[in-house]
Amino acid sequence: MQRHLISAADLTRDDAVLILDTAEEMARVADRPIKKLPTLRGRTIVNLFFEDSTRTRISFEAAEKRLSADVINFTAKGSSVSKGESLKDTAQTLEAMGVDAVVIRHGASGAPYRLATSDWIDAAVINAGDGTHQHPTQALLDAFTMRRRLVGRDAGIGQDLAGRRITIVGDVLHSRVARSNVDLLHTLGAEVTLVAPPTLVPVGVETWPCEVSYDLDSTLPKSDAVMMLRVQRERMNAAFFPTEREYSRRYGLDGDRMAKMPEHAIVMHPGPMVRGMEITAEVADSERCTVVEQVANGVSIRMAVLYLLLGGNEPAVSQARTTATEEK
Amino acid sequence: MSKILIRGAKVLGGEPQDVLIDGETIAAVGTGLDAEGAEVVEAGGKVLLPGLVDLHTHLREPGREDSETVLTGTRAAASGGYTAVFAMANTFPVADTAGVVEQVYRLGQEHGYCDVQPIGAVTVGLEGKKLAELGAMHESAAGVTVFSDDGKCVDDAVIMRRALEYVKAFGGVVAQHAQEPRLTEGAQMNEGVVSAELGLGGWPAVAEESIIARDVLLAEHVGSRVHICHLSTAGSVEIVRWAKSRGIDVTAEVTPHHLLLTDELVRSYNPVYKVNPPLRTERDVRALREALADGTIDIVATDHAPHPHEDKDCEWAAAAMGMVGLETALSVVQETMVDTGLLDWAGVADRMSVKPAQIGRATGHGRPVSAGEPANLVLVDTQYRGPVDPARFASRSRNTPYEGRELPGRVTHTWLRGKATLVDGKLT
Repeated sequence: MQRHLISAADLTRDDAVLILDTAEEMARVADRPIKKLPTLRGRTIVNLFFEDSTRTRISFEAAEKRLSADVINFTAKGSSVSKGESLKDTAQTLEAMGVDAVVIRHGASGAPYRLATSDWIDAAVINAGDGTHQHPTQALLDAFTMRRRLVGRDAGIGQDLAGRRITIVGDVLHSRVARSNVDLLHTLGAEVTLVAPPTLVPVGVETWPCEVSYDLDSTLPKSDAVMMLRVQRERMNAAFFPTEREYSRRYGLDGDRMAKMPEHAIVMHPGPMVRGMEITAEVADSERCTVVEQVANGVSIRMAVLYLLLGGNEPAVSQARTTATEEK
Repeated sequence: MSKILIRGAKVLGGEPQDVLIDGETIAAVGTGLDAEGAEVVEAGGKVLLPGLVDLHTHLREPGREDSETVLTGTRAAASGGYTAVFAMANTFPVADTAGVVEQVYRLGQEHGYCDVQPIGAVTVGLEGKKLAELGAMHESAAGVTVFSDDGKCVDDAVIMRRALEYVKAFGGVVAQHAQEPRLTEGAQMNEGVVSAELGLGGWPAVAEESIIARDVLLAEHVGSRVHICHLSTAGSVEIVRWAKSRGIDVTAEVTPHHLLLTDELVRSYNPVYKVNPPLRTERDVRALREALADGTIDIVATDHAPHPHEDKDCEWAAAAMGMVGLETALSVVQETMVDTGLLDWAGVADRMSVKPAQIGRATGHGRPVSAGEPANLVLVDTQYRGPVDPARFASRSRNTPYEGRELPGRVTHTWLRGKATLVDGKLT
């Protein structure tokens, strides 16, 4: 593992499988009555959120707290940033306070990379989503969810996603989730197909390790998992598609379309969902939809990432058990 | 003024010759010239060129003196071998009146490092709506002949047509910053494979090419000349080549950075590589070099764009666009054009001095190195090779993409009408 987690593309297959396996151990902790490990006691982690994202922030916060880290939440709104302070000055301020890791969400693509490679700060940097670039922990939790559902919770340990067919549908152009997933799923041996109207596929996609299709119906029967991406209604104002209704008809997932998927296939969504746009309530609330699981898995994955970046090389849970025993 | 004898200089890269300067003029060019009463500069095989002329410089004064002033910018120009620079109009206030262009012109004259020829804005406030008083700027003491809204495109076809027509009355030229605004909303870098991966807003080649295609056709229709700023794509080259073959009066410039750098560098997210138009692909770089060699692209212009440190020491999206270029231009041209065999030194003199002076009607610049001509000269140690050290720049800003990069060539002397502005690499 590297010192930072900036892009899903930076992970090797073995790195990724180690994170998924570690996350399974972390998930077991969540099943216990006391969900806390002392692993990161005395370490300070700041959640540096320049963009509003309550979901991602609380997921990281839950993960950090379950590992007993000291957590500082920093949101740009109402802070010095809104008074014009630069990313550099904010970073140096945190550095001076002795922060061990920075979890950063930023609207500008590349901001976490810049933070990690500049001399502004020494702390480990974890990308919690940057612009339309990357969201590596989202890709990891998605892969974790797929492995559990498609390979099995115990059978999956040590395994990747070789040969699994994953379809990602929606606004690929503006999606850091799509980029991260294509990178990670490819690394894990899956076959990825992107489905979107041509306006929402980036120029230059031809070098990505995946297929691109404009036709959802023909792709569904060949999918082990179908991931629906959120489509913002405002996109139609910039002529990416004519109307909300036309988008739903051509690229939305409803019950009829879900029926075309193989029986074992799952429906995923990174949230927040726009019901009636890319997904109908019928699908969102069905047994096959993993949205809620993905949220739970997100905490386990983020615990695993934080542990592996900050906590050292020993197995997380056994070490925690020992420490817990010593404490008594 | 005293006499100066430059001894043993390869004039335009030819056989070593002596050049005698008397006062503001070249008195003689030959071998074994008499040094009597003259200060002798031993050229020792360095290359002597006519003083360089930059048709595209941002001096930032008035308004952004924190990044550059006429003084610091012209010192940078002299360091880079320039004897004349054309100062772009996007200052604060905008150079859209006779008053502002005269101020910039006079500051250049006062400081004396380099002639400063202001460029006038095409439209009031660079807003693209209403023609500025182009005639008044032309008739002012600054004698403006080049007009540009650079930084912004004159995207309204009717305004562009009228500007092209109007400046014919006094031999002016409109220099277009070709960027279709709607196609480049939120644009952060070249649109292609790299932007798709990095998740940065794309600046498609077609946004430049479509404006160039429109403007050469407009120029043909109204019988005007048009100049294209910082041409950056292979497609633009083809359009200009086609226009010239039709006899359309179009000229075009390329920047040093577009001859050397590609969008692959943006993978570092380091904003020193953020520039407008953006760095393009390897294929574009090749096409630009070939076009400069065969004359499709007429000149090299720096688009010297100083920015304060804080405007580059930040995340990509927040950073300003632009690079300084005056002090590295000749080295980059040697690296990309001369050392590759695409252009000889006479060709460099043509693309960096003669032609830009002609396009901008800069009297006394871009002249042959021969007796009776103004002594605007630059001496270049072409054997030198070394890393670029921004700390040594005369410019007030340091936003260079070449920090630490090894480049060939070093300007050692610059003379402006017989007066040395740079001696042994030091400003006077």
